[in-house]
Amino acid sequence: MMNIVMWVCGVMLGLATVACLIRVAKGPSILDRVLALDVMLIIISVALCLEMVYNRHSDYLLFVVVACTLGFIGSVTVSRYVSDQRNA
Amino acid sequence: MDMFLDVLVAVLLITGCLMSLIAGIGLLTFPDMLTRMHAATKPQVLGFLLIFTAVAIHLRSWSVVPLLFLAWGMQLLTAPVSAHMIGRAGYRTKHAVKGSLYDDELRQVVDTVTKKQAVETPEVPAEQSKDSTS
Repeated sequence: MMNIVMWVCGVMLGLATVACLIRVAKGPSILDRVLALDVMLIIISVALCLEMVYNRHSDYLLFVVVACTLGFIGSVTVSRYVSDQRNA
Repeated sequence: MDMFLDVLVAVLLITGCLMSLIAGIGLLTFPDMLTRMHAATKPQVLGFLLIFTAVAIHLRSWSVVPLLFLAWGMQLLTAPVSAHMIGRAGYRTKHAVKGSLYDDELRQVVDTVTKKQAVETPEVPAEQSKDSTS
């Protein structure tokens, strides 16, 4: 049963990643791209969790925490630069 | 009991991944940045909660719960902040399409501040530095 669940989840995550990549390529503004890349980082964290469930270990928990922090820092930094550009 | 927990893990995993798929579809199909922000926050809180619960149940151990809770709490704390920053930057840079808004309460505040800046010209650098730190 676990194999089927993993396939279903993997296909869904793959489709979501493709959608995010299309938005990154197409996105009219830089903020759309940041948003799409943020979602892609979340998808990567979810994939790490899936791998932990499949192989029954907890080695990647810290990577999930780090990915959360990285997404926050990235989006805040880029949006700071975008709003400073207007003030200058 | 074991069978029940396995089925529960499967349901939680599939629902959590469905949240990511919904975010991807929303990012593709929604028309402007503010609505895309709404779609993008779906997997951040509910999706992570479902996935982390699935991991904790599947590993059958309490020792991973604090770390999972830390990751989820961090996401819960940082998601509103980054959404606020992105929305603010989008509003100020005209990336957000304002014609699609039903009600725009921020416009009055921004207009008042701009007018005040225009009147008090010597105060402009101080206003700007205050604006950039807030």
